[in-house]
Amino acid sequence: MAVLQMQRINICALRKDRKQILESLQRMGVVEVSDQTSQDAVFHKVDVETQQDILEKQLSRVNEAQRILNERVPKKKSLTETLNGRTIIETNDYTKLYETNDEALHVAKKIITLDKTIAETKIEILKLQAVIEMIKPWEGFDLSFDFKGTKTTVAFIGTLPSEWTLDALREVLVDIDSVDISIVSASKIQTNIFVLALKQDEQRVGELLRGIGFSYPSLQISKPPAKYKEEIFAKIDKQNQMLEESVQQLEDLSKQRQLLQWTQDYLKMRCDKYEVITKLQHSKSSFLLSGFIPEQKSAVLEKEIGEKFDVVIDFQKPDENEDVPVVLKNNAFATPLEGTLQSFSLPGKGEMDPTMPMAIFYYVLFGLMLSDAVYGLIMVLACGGVLLKFNKKLEEGTKNAAKMFFYCGVSTTFWGVMFGSYLGDIVNVASETFFGKLVYIKPLWFEPVKDPMRMLVFSMVLGLIHLFTGLALKAYQCIKNKDFAGVIYDCLFWFMLLIGSVGALMNVPTFTKTIGVSIQMPNIVSKGFAVMAVIGAIGILLTNGRESKNPFKRFLKGLYALYGITGYLSDVLSYSRLLALGLATGVICTVINKMAAMTAKGPIGVVIFIIIVFFGHVLNIAINALGAYVHTTRLQYVEFFGKFYEGGGRPFEPFRANTKYFKFKESK
Amino acid sequence: MEKLDGLGIVLALLGAVLAALLAGMGSAKGVGLAGQAAAGVTTEDPSKFSKVLILQLLPGTQGIYGLLIAFIALTQIGVLGGSSDISFAKGLLYFAACMPMAIVGYFSAVKQAEASVASIALVSKKPDQFGKAMIFPAMVETYAILALLISILAITPIAGLNI
Repeated sequence: MAVLQMQRINICALRKDRKQILESLQRMGVVEVSDQTSQDAVFHKVDVETQQDILEKQLSRVNEAQRILNERVPKKKSLTETLNGRTIIETNDYTKLYETNDEALHVAKKIITLDKTIAETKIEILKLQAVIEMIKPWEGFDLSFDFKGTKTTVAFIGTLPSEWTLDALREVLVDIDSVDISIVSASKIQTNIFVLALKQDEQRVGELLRGIGFSYPSLQISKPPAKYKEEIFAKIDKQNQMLEESVQQLEDLSKQRQLLQWTQDYLKMRCDKYEVITKLQHSKSSFLLSGFIPEQKSAVLEKEIGEKFDVVIDFQKPDENEDVPVVLKNNAFATPLEGTLQSFSLPGKGEMDPTMPMAIFYYVLFGLMLSDAVYGLIMVLACGGVLLKFNKKLEEGTKNAAKMFFYCGVSTTFWGVMFGSYLGDIVNVASETFFGKLVYIKPLWFEPVKDPMRMLVFSMVLGLIHLFTGLALKAYQCIKNKDFAGVIYDCLFWFMLLIGSVGALMNVPTFTKTIGVSIQMPNIVSKGFAVMAVIGAIGILLTNGRESKNPFKRFLKGLYALYGITGYLSDVLSYSRLLALGLATGVICTVINKMAAMTAKGPIGVVIFIIIVFFGHVLNIAINALGAYVHTTRLQYVEFFGKFYEGGGRPFEPFRANTKYFKFKESK
Repeated sequence: MEKLDGLGIVLALLGAVLAALLAGMGSAKGVGLAGQAAAGVTTEDPSKFSKVLILQLLPGTQGIYGLLIAFIALTQIGVLGGSSDISFAKGLLYFAACMPMAIVGYFSAVKQAEASVASIALVSKKPDQFGKAMIFPAMVETYAILALLISILAITPIAGLNI
C-alpha cells in the first residue's frame, strides 16, 4: 500500500558500451529515461534519424506481412494459448534474432509480393469473366468479328438497340434488292445481327442500319466467338492455377509466422532503443543518461550495469517540483485492483495509494451485489483453476483480472451463504418438484428478498462505513502533508456533523420505526449527539471558506460547504444499489428456477429442468456479474474517491522490452 | 366499492405488466441504440469488441429491473400460485407501486443509452479510458435503481395492509 519512492538516476558511460548498456536497461525495464534538452560545448545530442527511418520501414514491412498472413491464412488463437501468454526466450536467442532479421525481411517481402499477385490475379479473372459475359450473345455465330465480306459482298456484324424481329429488319431494308439478314441473338436490350449485302449497296445499307442505331461490337476478336471463348476459359484456368499457387506459397510462408512475430518485436525494441538514444547527451566518447528509477530497484541496476561496465551511476532524490512518475506497490490481495485505480487516475502529489482500502471494500461490495454461494463458487473455481494451471505463464493483466474475480468470488460465496442463496432457491424448488418434500437451507443471517428493509439499512450502514473510511483517509493524508488545520476543519468537523446527525436521527421514533431498529438511548446521549452535530455544522460554516480573506465571502463559502451535507445524503442513498442488485440476482434466480420447475413434468422433465437451469443461470451470472462490476467500480470512483482522492499522477513508463510475442529470461 | 373489487386484480396485473413492458421497451431501445454505435466501432477495430459490448449492455439492466418488479408483484398478487383475491384499493396500490419502475425505467434506459453511445465513441478514440467511460452511463442508472428501490419498498408491505 504505497507509492514507491522514485529516484533520479544519472548514468555516465562510455560510448562503446552504449549498445550493451541500453540493451540490458531495456531488458530490466526499471528506468524511465527523460529527455535532456540542455546542450553545451561538450555534451550534445546525436542524430540517428537515418537508422530510425530504416528500422521503422522494416518494422512497417513486417507488420504489413503479418497483417496479410492474418487475413489470408488466419490462425485462431485458442484460449489456452491466450492464457499461456508470451513465449519465453533467453537473451542468447534474442541476439540470434539479429542474424535472422534479413531472412525475416525477405519473407515479409515475399508475402507482400504474393499478396499483390493474388489481388492482381483475382482482378484479371474478373476481367476475363466479364469478356465471357460479352461474348455470350454471339456464341452461335461462327465467323470472326473482323470478317468484312467476300469479293462481291460486304458484311455488317453488330448490335442494334432493343429487340428486333427478322420481319421488322426486312421492312427497314425493303429497298435493297439482294440482302441476307440473320439474327444471331435477340434480347429486350439488344439484338445482334449479321447482314450480308452486295458491295454496290454498301453505303445505302450502312446508312439505313445506322438509322436504326446499328453499331459494331466493342470486342475486337479475330476468331469465331465460340473458339475465342474457349481460349478465355483456358486463360481463366491458368489464372486460377496461378492464384492457387500463390495461395499455396502464402500458406507455406505462414509457417514462418513466428519468425515474423519475433522480428516484429525485435524491430520494435530496436526502434524504442533509438528513441531513447535521441534523449541522451553525447560527448566524443561518452554519453549521459538521466531518468527515474524506483528506489528499491537501484541496487539491482547497480549490480547489472555498475559491475559490468565502466560507468558512473549517481542517484538523487528528485526535486520537489519535478514531475515524478508513479509506481504502486501492493500486496497480493490488493494488487489486482491497481488497474482499476489506474483507470481512474494514479495518486497525484502528496496523495496516498488508496488501493488497499479500496480493495477491501471492492471485494465486499461486489460480493454483496452478486451474493449467491454457487455463483461465487463458480467464479472461485474458474479463476482459481486458471491461476493454478497457468500461474507462471499468465500475462500480468490476465493474472490480475483472474485474481480480482477470485477474491470477488470468495466474497460472493460468503454473502451467498449469509443470505441463504444457492442458485437462488434451487434447493427448495428441486426438492419440492422431484422429491415432494421441501428442503430448505437456512440463511446464516437473513434473506434479503423476504426482508428488504433490513437489507436496505444494512446497505446504507455499509455505505456510511465506506464514506467514513474515505473521510478518515483524507485526515490521514492531511496529517501526512502536515496540514493539521485541514484535519480539524475538513475531516473532524464533518465527522462530528455526520456522526452527530446519525445519532440524533436514531432518537427520532418515525425514523427508527421505518428502518426497523429500536435503540433506547438515554436522553443525555441523544442530546450529546445533537450538540456534536451543531458544533460540527458551525465549525464547517466558519472554516470551510478559509481561503477567502473577505469575511462575508468566507461565510458564504462556508455555507455552501455545509450544503455539501446533501451530497452525503445522496451518497448514502446511492448504496441502496447494493440491495437492488442483490435482489436482482436473487429474483432472477427465482424466476429461472420457477420456469424450470413448471416445465419439469413427465419422464424427461429432469432433463428439461437441468437445461433451463443451466442456461438460465449462465445468463444470470453474466448479466449480474457485469452489473456488480460496473456498480462496484462506480461506488469506488464516485462515492469513495470523491471524499479524499483526486489523482493526477503520471504513470511510470520505463524503457523496457515492449513486446507482443516473447518475453525475456536472462540466460546465465 | 365492493362491486369494483373484481377490478383489483386487473389493476395489479396491469401495473406488473407495465413495469416489465415499459422498462423492457426502454432497455430494448437503449441496447439497440448503443449496439449500433458498438458495431460501428467494431468494424474499425475488432479488438475493442469486449469493451464496447460492456458499454452496450449497460442500458439493458432496466429491463431486468422491470422484470424483477413484475415478478415480485405477480407473486404477491397470487397470479403465480395462491389466491388472487385482491380488493380494488389494493389493486390500485400495486398499480401505483409499479409505476416508478415502469416510467423511470423507460426514460432512464433511453437516456443511459445516449450516454453509452457517447462513451463508446470515447473508448473508440481512447481505449485506455474505459474505466471512466463506463462511469458516465452508470450515473444515469442510479435513477433506475432508486425507482426500483421505491417500487420494491412500496410493493412489499401491500399484502399486509388490511384494506
